[in-house]
Amino acid sequence: MAARNVAMREAIRRALREEMQRDEDVFVMGEEVAHWQGTHRVTRGFLEEFGERRVRDTPISEMAIGGAAVGAAMAGLRPVAEFMTINFAFLALDAIANHAAKVRYFFDGMFKVPLVYRAASGWGNQATASHSHAPEPIFAHFPGIYVGCPSNSLDAYGMLKTSIRDDNPVLFTESIALYPKPSPMPDDLDEDYLIPIGKGDIKREGADVTLVAYARGVDWALQAARLLARDGVEAEVVDLRWLRPLDMELVYKSFKKTNRCVIVEESLPMYSFGGEIAANLQERMFDYMDAPIKRVAAEDVPLPYSKDIELLALPDARKVVEAVKEIL
Amino acid sequence: MASPSKEMLLDWYRQMALIREFEETCHRLYEEKRITGVYLHLYSGHEASGVGSMAALRKSDHVITAYRDHGIALILGMDPKAVMAEMMGKKTGSSGGKGGSMHLASKDHNFWGGYAIVGGHLPLAAGIALEARYRGKDDVTMTYVGDGATNNGYFHESLNMSAIWDLPVVWIIENNGYGMGTEVERASGQIELHRKAEAYGIKSFGRVDAQNALEVYAVALKAVAYAREKGPAVIEHVTYRYRGHGVSDKQYDARDDMSAELKEWVEKREPIKILRDCIKSKYGDVGDILARHEADAERIVAESVAFAEASEMPSTYEDLMRNTYVASELVYKTERSVGAGID
Repeated sequence: MAARNVAMREAIRRALREEMQRDEDVFVMGEEVAHWQGTHRVTRGFLEEFGERRVRDTPISEMAIGGAAVGAAMAGLRPVAEFMTINFAFLALDAIANHAAKVRYFFDGMFKVPLVYRAASGWGNQATASHSHAPEPIFAHFPGIYVGCPSNSLDAYGMLKTSIRDDNPVLFTESIALYPKPSPMPDDLDEDYLIPIGKGDIKREGADVTLVAYARGVDWALQAARLLARDGVEAEVVDLRWLRPLDMELVYKSFKKTNRCVIVEESLPMYSFGGEIAANLQERMFDYMDAPIKRVAAEDVPLPYSKDIELLALPDARKVVEAVKEIL
Repeated sequence: MASPSKEMLLDWYRQMALIREFEETCHRLYEEKRITGVYLHLYSGHEASGVGSMAALRKSDHVITAYRDHGIALILGMDPKAVMAEMMGKKTGSSGGKGGSMHLASKDHNFWGGYAIVGGHLPLAAGIALEARYRGKDDVTMTYVGDGATNNGYFHESLNMSAIWDLPVVWIIENNGYGMGTEVERASGQIELHRKAEAYGIKSFGRVDAQNALEVYAVALKAVAYAREKGPAVIEHVTYRYRGHGVSDKQYDARDDMSAELKEWVEKREPIKILRDCIKSKYGDVGDILARHEADAERIVAESVAFAEASEMPSTYEDLMRNTYVASELVYKTERSVGAGID
């Protein structure tokens, strides 16, 4: 199959653009999405193509962005609201957790809320503490919303399309570090390529240890797997892709084969993705467990500015390899 | 100014009598523990604010409010039985017992709901109004907001957004003097609350005596016409709550100054009496009709209580879990992968 490398940014842009071409009800709103051409250039050219009605610059008003998307979606539009970075989405947490996620429930199904919140996530190069979060698990805490976190271009394309077409609210996070990263997309990909909500994916097969990850963590897991292979250790990499719903069945299937697991994530360790996966594994897979489950996450500290100690705080492939070696 | 017809005034009286009876019954049922929730914010005293302003709307317009929502629901014509059943958390409630007092809504009436986080519904109102603008419709979104919410970020962000996007919203600030227990003067640097909207370039229609339904209506007509044609408008309704912030608010019992204040509002600015006097002065003796509306209100509310009490509670796990998500109707083709190339 012919494929060509595409940066994740371009894959997301393509998916969003095609969905706007397909459905007049899909529109984009957010800070600097129109005239600035998008802070991350995902909406580059959109204003020219779709006009100001459908590509809407907002003021710096995350509470209003978060809530207006809910109202517009209830009324029948399909907003794609962008938070310039997920750090700013904290300001909209009430709109997301109390309204986007709950309106359908507390009115017992009277309304649908078909919206997507897009947010660039993760630590940057010396972006400092308040701009260095990968807090996807916080948003995935709330029933009523889905959370998607792609690790590569093809997944980002298919997952964003699904998120836009699905009738539920979705928080869709895009790792800043992955925006420029090329990965293969088939040349003949059709515009209805949709990745089901809540479906994980095995990114590498192996029989010795299961590495569970999402988004940028998948990169570190795959790098670690290559390093481990040099020592004859074959790691299986499970990319969950969605934090809610969580494809635990895929993890169980892999774990039954490997009996060992290391969980890899960019976010913080307390009350985390790693904690959730480990808790599920020990409840359901106790009989298959040959070693303690290990977690690789950021250090439990706000990120500093200075480069060397910033890197010290963050997960990487080497830390994943060390964790695997401790349980082999 | 278009003055309301006799039929309209009599219908307003019917609505206000129904609301008062409904709310006072809710209060009694709460005291008797037949309504068991923690939150019950009653519209008694506010009737003219909702009745007079919504009379300026047409059917295709939209309404959204905060948690003092029973009166709004009844004015829009929601079935009192379904509303009362919701108070009691019954399956037959308008939100299936999932929402309770603060989360009434009806899609059929373009009532987008009552919301429980102070200010949280304001950006939703902007979004609902955006849909109208987006599709080129001239429907207006009438949005009720309490005085306390005007100090909250949602208020400022949503009003500003409505201004820059020319959204057809009528922002109605129901200023009843208190945000929970805090007087407006202790909570807001600007005590003429409609002026806060002016700061964003929104057209203000000023302060209105919202105990007088006719005055409310006259101003609402202008504001709705403005919003329909141009963009956001604001009105400040000066009103008073007869039953405190919510039913658990005991400060009226505990404080003489507050009970005296309440007494004065009830004696001098009672909205139902003001309307009754107005109707009588214009049309002479209509006592029979008014008495019939009062009797109807009693009967309707009594029937709603009987209906609600006879209704079933949601009780199963299925009841609990239902309507968290919409079941997906998407058709997924066979997934493809470019496999190892990603590694």
